[in-house]
Amino acid sequence: MVVASFADFMQQVVSGLAAGGVYASLALALVIIHRSTGVINFAQGEMATVCTYIAWTLTFNHGWSYWPAFAATILFAFVFGVATHRAVIRPVERGSVLRVVIVTIGLLIAINGFVVWQWSGEPQALESPFGTDTLDIGGVIVSAQDVGTIVVTLGIVVLLWLLFQFTKVGLALRAVAVNPDEARLVGVRVTWMLALGWGLAAVLGAVAGMLTAPSVGLDPQMMQPILIYAFAAAVLGGIDSPLGAVVGGLTLGVLLNLIEVYSEFVGTELKLSVALLIILGVLVVKPSGLFGRAEVKRV
Amino acid sequence: MTPRTRQLVGLVAFALFVAVVLLLPAWISGFRAQQFAYVAIYVIALLGLNILTGYTGQISLGHGAFMAIGGYTSALLMAGNEQFGQTGFLQIGGGMKDVYTIPIAGLVAGLAGLAFGLPALRLSGLYLALATFAIAVSMPSVVKRFEEFTGGGSGINLFGIPELTGGVTGVNVLGRNLVFNDWLYYLCWSIALVLFAVAWLILRGRTGRAFRAVRDSETAAVSSGVSLARYKTLAFGVSAAYAGVAGALFAIATTFVNPDTFPIALSIFLLVGVVVGGLGQLAGLVAGAIFIQFLPLWAQGEGIAARLPDSVIERTKEPGAPAIIYGVVLILLMFFLPNGVGGVFRRAGQALVRRRYSRSS
Repeated sequence: MVVASFADFMQQVVSGLAAGGVYASLALALVIIHRSTGVINFAQGEMATVCTYIAWTLTFNHGWSYWPAFAATILFAFVFGVATHRAVIRPVERGSVLRVVIVTIGLLIAINGFVVWQWSGEPQALESPFGTDTLDIGGVIVSAQDVGTIVVTLGIVVLLWLLFQFTKVGLALRAVAVNPDEARLVGVRVTWMLALGWGLAAVLGAVAGMLTAPSVGLDPQMMQPILIYAFAAAVLGGIDSPLGAVVGGLTLGVLLNLIEVYSEFVGTELKLSVALLIILGVLVVKPSGLFGRAEVKRV
Repeated sequence: MTPRTRQLVGLVAFALFVAVVLLLPAWISGFRAQQFAYVAIYVIALLGLNILTGYTGQISLGHGAFMAIGGYTSALLMAGNEQFGQTGFLQIGGGMKDVYTIPIAGLVAGLAGLAFGLPALRLSGLYLALATFAIAVSMPSVVKRFEEFTGGGSGINLFGIPELTGGVTGVNVLGRNLVFNDWLYYLCWSIALVLFAVAWLILRGRTGRAFRAVRDSETAAVSSGVSLARYKTLAFGVSAAYAGVAGALFAIATTFVNPDTFPIALSIFLLVGVVVGGLGQLAGLVAGAIFIQFLPLWAQGEGIAARLPDSVIERTKEPGAPAIIYGVVLILLMFFLPNGVGGVFRRAGQALVRRRYSRSS
């Protein structure tokens, strides 16, 4: 253990929250899809990577500034998510779980291949929209990038919550998640709502990718560990609970960052294994997670 | 077909297959023999995974990690870890002949499988897929962390060490001198065929029925007195032991192990191989293994490029293109061949049977 000052500790908590915001966004994407379609999308991370590369191309090759590129990428991500559901997922949705798993893995491999093919495996640098400044908040030095990441992810989460809670589309989305057959009976266009869910999930992934790329560097494998952390976050919070995903993501971000910094045994190398242990531990002790409902199966 | 004739047909087919396997090296080059040795290794891993996923219904996306356990066990027993500066209590001397390390590798991986099977009892379906996927993803970093045993990023080299049979001079078997590739081919295939028979014996009786009961309905299985805990952990253990043996052979065949020897892609390929081969069937697994070994090569090579315009051909040679083709083929397979190649066999068989019955009536 390293003996640390309180200011150091708080600084690590803040950068943990920033990482946690990224995990939370991707975890939320997984949760939205799992709630509505009962599928876990193993390609969620790669879909985010593609979107981040699009943002990089717009800023680097076409000279856009960050925020217009951010908006354009979000639009692209939405269309991409909807199209993926319509073209690839819908045909196998009613089959066995394994079939869907393999299809999303096929997507993972194909998209990863496409990224390497189109942009090469070389790491690229996506500029940070928040600059490299640091802020001094009551003696705690935090980077503007960290604060910006926290603000943007929380902003997106609040927007989504507003959408789900206060709009007619949101109501339809929730209805489909609860009971697709009855939703169809009252006139909700179920398959389009599912596709919409995939679109929103892709948007969340894209946001996670664009916020994380400036600090970890943009390369084709960028999102793979983050996907595992997002899985862990979603499981921790309860895989059907959006609130759980956000809380789980932030908790996990802080926890992992503190463990990484203060435990020499774990360090950077065993961080993924800690996430794995969290997944296993939660699933064994409390499979419904912190905020999920216990699943009751009818026989 | 009565059960007895079906058994007879199966036996004849198996004998024919053994004959083909025995004679094949006479017609193919040493390079191809090595490729087919890898097919045998995948057959072993798929046999194990099929017991778990196909017969017991538990999805594992982390079997590459069990292969890694087997591979590292075997490599450590051969080369020892003194070279990584490990001395004292945890030092492993090495010096064991490669062939003898294989059963030990299977045992160690099997125990690891049993240990993982216990928490996995609480998980099913997608959750298990997720947990095992996390194992496969975190495996390379664990290997790098404990470098006193694994040699870290550079791994353990086996090439040229005396414990590796036939590495330099070839091997004398029954009075014939086999070059390394042919030796490898026969070693892998004999183990694969023996383990095939073992899997068949496990699956045909009481245990196999219990596995299938767990797969089809856990509730019904429990009500008929099948212990879920016992059979699920057993399936995990047996399946991991198979993967361990495959991993040991993999280490011997590639003559080194490092964290990239068992990447996450390997775990994915194994699950894909089982699905392509046809879940819950033994005969299709060879097709699955061939798929794993040759589709990536085919996707890189001329196989597909010959039918495309020149400008596209140039781009299919760039890195990443094979992965695109692989992923797309995988998705298309799930669309059009959901029960795998084994499913096609089975449907063809059923069609034959139906015709016989309709004729006799």
